[in-house]
Amino acid sequence: MSMTTTTHNAPGTIRTVEICRHYTLGTSVIRAVDGISFSAQGGEFIALLGSSGSGKSSLLNLIAGLDRPTSGDVQVDGRSLSELSSEELARYRRHSVGIVFQAFNLVPSMTVAENVELPLRLAETERRDRAGRVGEALDRVGLSPRLAHRPGELSGGEQQRVALARALVNSPRILLADEPTGNLDSHTGMEIMELIRDCNRRLGMTVLLVTHERALAERYARRLLFLADGKLVEDQPILPFPGESAVRP
Amino acid sequence: MKTPDLLELAARNLRESVLRNSLTTLGIAVGVASLVAMLSLGVGLQQLATRRLEKTGLFDTVIVSRGDFGGFGARARGAATAENNRALDETARREISSLPGVLEAVPDLRMMTQMRFDGKPHRAMVAALPLSAHDREAFENIQGSFFSSRNAAEAIVQRRFAEELLGRAPGSDEASSAGEALPALQPLLGKELVMYYAERVPAANPSSGKAGTPGSSPTPPRASQAPAAAAPANGADAGVNTPLAAFSVVPQTRSLRIVGIVADEPDTLRGVGRARVFIPLDFAQGLQIITPSDLREGSGLADRSYTALSVRVRNSRDVPGVEGSIHRMGFNAFSVLDASRDLQRFFTVLDLFLAIFGSLALAVASLGIINTLVMAILERRREIGILKALGASDTDVKKLFFTEAGAMGIVGGVLGVTLGWMIGKVINAGANIYLHRQNLPSETFWSVPWWLVLGALGFSLAVSLVSGLYPAARAAKLDPVKALRYE
Repeated sequence: MSMTTTTHNAPGTIRTVEICRHYTLGTSVIRAVDGISFSAQGGEFIALLGSSGSGKSSLLNLIAGLDRPTSGDVQVDGRSLSELSSEELARYRRHSVGIVFQAFNLVPSMTVAENVELPLRLAETERRDRAGRVGEALDRVGLSPRLAHRPGELSGGEQQRVALARALVNSPRILLADEPTGNLDSHTGMEIMELIRDCNRRLGMTVLLVTHERALAERYARRLLFLADGKLVEDQPILPFPGESAVRP
Repeated sequence: MKTPDLLELAARNLRESVLRNSLTTLGIAVGVASLVAMLSLGVGLQQLATRRLEKTGLFDTVIVSRGDFGGFGARARGAATAENNRALDETARREISSLPGVLEAVPDLRMMTQMRFDGKPHRAMVAALPLSAHDREAFENIQGSFFSSRNAAEAIVQRRFAEELLGRAPGSDEASSAGEALPALQPLLGKELVMYYAERVPAANPSSGKAGTPGSSPTPPRASQAPAAAAPANGADAGVNTPLAAFSVVPQTRSLRIVGIVADEPDTLRGVGRARVFIPLDFAQGLQIITPSDLREGSGLADRSYTALSVRVRNSRDVPGVEGSIHRMGFNAFSVLDASRDLQRFFTVLDLFLAIFGSLALAVASLGIINTLVMAILERRREIGILKALGASDTDVKKLFFTEAGAMGIVGGVLGVTLGWMIGKVINAGANIYLHRQNLPSETFWSVPWWLVLGALGFSLAVSLVSGLYPAARAAKLDPVKALRYE
């Protein structure tokens, strides 16, 4: 097993600068993300922890390019997402990030293979290359035999594996996982987390894991970011595994 | 996203809500069908009218007369100036024949004469017709046959004259216009009709004419001064500029075999000069029948001039050009093209109104498309969010909805054209059953030309795409974060 070390120059570095995401509801302003600054080096595994409504998912959406900040900036590999047009932001999502959701978010009318193929269609990958890449991604999550099944015919854990395969198929530099084990039992959740850690270690992907389970975060992540009321309240590194270097915030 | 992927995804999405999308597509099909049925009827009626009018020979015919003759079209086109008194002779006829677009230029020979049938005299206008007149509408329902050859001593008689010959009272207008009145006159066919006419022969040998030709008799129908030297009526003019060619007028008779009976004269441009007996043009020219222009101009046999020429053009579009050329040659020219233009204008307006009424159903169908796609956005809100999260751009989402709208438009268009074609066929069949019961010949009232098929498909696609504009823009603008939260 090859170990991935985190470096400042490795692809997948993330930097947020005083990033804010405020929503207006009537006369009140909701500060979902309120001036968070942090840096993640390429290949790092970071867990975002906090109670419900602390701004974890909002921060993840900003880093995923699904949402735009009210102020501040997100930089990925030195490139500011605020400066990207809508089309460029879509290209960034297509090629640079893979997202796994708590609710799996598979297209129910498509088979497993078709769901995994979807990012390849959007990336305009040649048709002849697609089957191989879909098979490779499903192999990685151990779901090759379920190619022709529809999501409704799979268990929750299997659906999340498909979602993970879909997130990996375009070989992104960053994997964003929003409560990936939230809808799974603990055993299945562990299996999914093992797969995510595998992606981090083997493929050198930067992983940002949103969870409210501290034990899970401490077990898999190398750094914990605690959020409360939209603010970053603690940035805590975890002792590295043998052979890994510690990451300084 | 590449086009094949876009089409595949659109087809998949349409299959997902197959009933709703099929009903929407059916709505488009009904809209297109009504448009196609309406317009095909308009086009069919226009083609029927044009076909009928073209067969009358009115729209591809130009009547030419001398420039100083205040006849056809002299007022409408402006009478020619005094210097434009060029003779309408054989040279002019050949010149006109060689004009671009001209099929033939034939002399307009007609005369009032006496006919004898079964020993009884009858007065009739006799007109000479070229063999090309066979294609005219008037000969479509001929009883008997057309002339067997260009020099045949044969006659075709008009129905009213035929009734007169048989001593029958002319039928009522309604009955007379019906084609079934002709068979009752069949006994006339093959019978002999004797035509009396005045032959012009050179004055040097006035009596050596064709008095002795077979089938002719020298007996004049009534007291005549023949043979007599004829002096030109316009002697002053001709006496100064033209060497007078003296000729004699010799009364002649000629037996004609009745070969056909027609309801109407083919040349309906004529009013009072309508003929009741028709003979082949070449045969008539061989008879050297004296014409009013002979008396007026006193021309010789070799350079005799014609009262009028009937010029047939290849296409009614060529008429203005030919008319202009003839005017420049110094002759009067007249055609009924202006009437044709009015007719075209009428049918254009008719088609426009039919298209507007036909499009109303398509407008309603377009609301169906908007409704279906807006519903699809609501249902597929989460799916749109997923697509965006996976990297679909706003343009990709827009294109997807456009493709779905376009697919419904194309399928609806194809179904609609087929349905419209079938409706047209049924209407045509129904109308022909009615015509058949009224003892009228079958007609084609309906026509679906290629331009209508392609136009309807294009219009259907365009309407669908326009209908897809709003839903596509709405789908593209969906906030992916909100869309992913949508349950």
